[in-house]
Amino acid sequence: MTTTETSAGVVRRSTTSAMNPHILFRSLQRALLYIALSIAAFISIFPFYWMVVGSTNTSPDIAHGKASPGSYLFQNVAAFFATVDVPRMFWNSALLALVGVALTLIVSSLAGYGFEMFKSRFRDRIFGFLLLMLSIPFAALMVPLFIMMSNLKLINTFTAVLLPGIASIFIIFYFRQATKAFPGELRDAARIDGLNEWQIFVYVYLPVMRSTYAAAIIIIFMANWNSYLWPLIILITEENKTVTLIVSALSYAYVPDYGVIMISAVFATLPTVLIFFLLQRRFVEGMLGSVK
Amino acid sequence: MASRVVVREHINGWLFIAPALILLGIFMIYPIIWSLWMSFQTGRGMNFSFGGLANIQRLFADTVFLRALGNTMIFLVVQVPIMIILALLFAVALNDTKLWGRSFFRTAIFLPCVTSLVAYAVLFKSMFSAEGVVNATLVGLGLDPVPWLTDPFWAKVLIIMAITWRWTGYNMIFYLAALQNVDRSIYEAARIDGVPPWARFLYITLPMLKPVILFTTVISTIGTLQLFDEPYNITQGGPSQATLTLSYYIYDLTFRFMPSFGYSATVSWVIVVLVGILTFVQFLVAREGRRA
Repeated sequence: MTTTETSAGVVRRSTTSAMNPHILFRSLQRALLYIALSIAAFISIFPFYWMVVGSTNTSPDIAHGKASPGSYLFQNVAAFFATVDVPRMFWNSALLALVGVALTLIVSSLAGYGFEMFKSRFRDRIFGFLLLMLSIPFAALMVPLFIMMSNLKLINTFTAVLLPGIASIFIIFYFRQATKAFPGELRDAARIDGLNEWQIFVYVYLPVMRSTYAAAIIIIFMANWNSYLWPLIILITEENKTVTLIVSALSYAYVPDYGVIMISAVFATLPTVLIFFLLQRRFVEGMLGSVK
Repeated sequence: MASRVVVREHINGWLFIAPALILLGIFMIYPIIWSLWMSFQTGRGMNFSFGGLANIQRLFADTVFLRALGNTMIFLVVQVPIMIILALLFAVALNDTKLWGRSFFRTAIFLPCVTSLVAYAVLFKSMFSAEGVVNATLVGLGLDPVPWLTDPFWAKVLIIMAITWRWTGYNMIFYLAALQNVDRSIYEAARIDGVPPWARFLYITLPMLKPVILFTTVISTIGTLQLFDEPYNITQGGPSQATLTLSYYIYDLTFRFMPSFGYSATVSWVIVVLVGILTFVQFLVAREGRRA
């Protein structure tokens, strides 16, 4: 009997008999592993299934746990569009997420590049201090930021939602780490060609670091699209609310319409799920960020 | 000549990081210092008057605060270890290249990370409602329905299950990436020496992954101490404040009740101090382990 196992012990034992306890134990272990993983996968996927199936069922059916597809999809979508200004809500979220991505990317990638390319002891100390600030919870900033925004008369504006997130320590850190891999010879060559530091950044660094930017775009977009607490505090009127705020408000209703809630959850989840499946590898790289 | 280059280098170094530093100064450093100042002020709304340690005294007499603190600590102590262990086990299982359906399981377990916190919270709320799909299943299996949303104990369990669902795959991805870097020949050698799988996990995998485990524990701790979206959208902090968290209480103090900015700043500094202490302890534990 042949075996692919390299372990001497296993080879010796497995030659004695095909039904020996060791192999039996191993296949039992294997079976248990598959059962455990299947249960985990089922639990992970079920809420997505529940969401999609729920959007085709009536509210009472969902409340009573009906987990099979129904024929109420059209009515739910119609009710959703009747209760909520859907295009407006989508536009608000998209605008905030995309403008947020652009501003955060510019400010934070410039800083990440600056910290890595122009080293000085003082700036390194500032960077170390910023890393410490990374652990400052948002809850501690929320009260003063709210007062600040109300003093500036910015409550209920997108400006107030965006401002605190533009300089992201995490993204600065991410770009600094990535910049370590940027070849110094490219920069030297560009200098010899007479480019100034800003031209080097735009014409040499940006194209070379495309994949870093792509991953950063995904991280920032996800964070902005899903952000909740700060917009909840800042955005008051109905026409300014984002998708997450609407989803939450629908489920807070005195008599929640579960069908409409399911549709709204589909709307909230669709963009991020699409990004995930289209850009899976980038997505995971982005999540891992600078830890590598 | 040389000095002019140095000066220009210096100026550029500051210019690249200036936008980020200015924004961080205004929207992070200034608010955090202001919030420290506020935490020693008493008074309603914007009428601050110096209260010395009055707010800190108020903390100890405030049963709602103590309950929020207790709940947050329970979530932290129970949920973070469960999630980290699950994520580790999944990562080790899915790191096996011979495992059939590996990428399916990996994608499935990771999928919850792409949902927004609000969307999944709303889904969980409907799944775990009194007659929802989970209880319907339990009844179908001949078990008693569980009062997930109305019983203080089960509401906590529900929040813990929800967070575990959302974040286990996220942590698993970090471990999987770290396992890629572990030299396979070490395992091969251990196997030839007859080291059983559990011992390989305990004495090779765990020590190798220690930096990543530390990192994920720290970010999970910071995240859990700021828990807001889930209790706000699944249980509304109830029943009878059983799932009220510190962030939730700060939100209530600032935006629900007659605003008491000074006192909510004090509560938010409790989170800052807890993050500081726990991060320090976790680093200490990790270092102790390395010496042993």
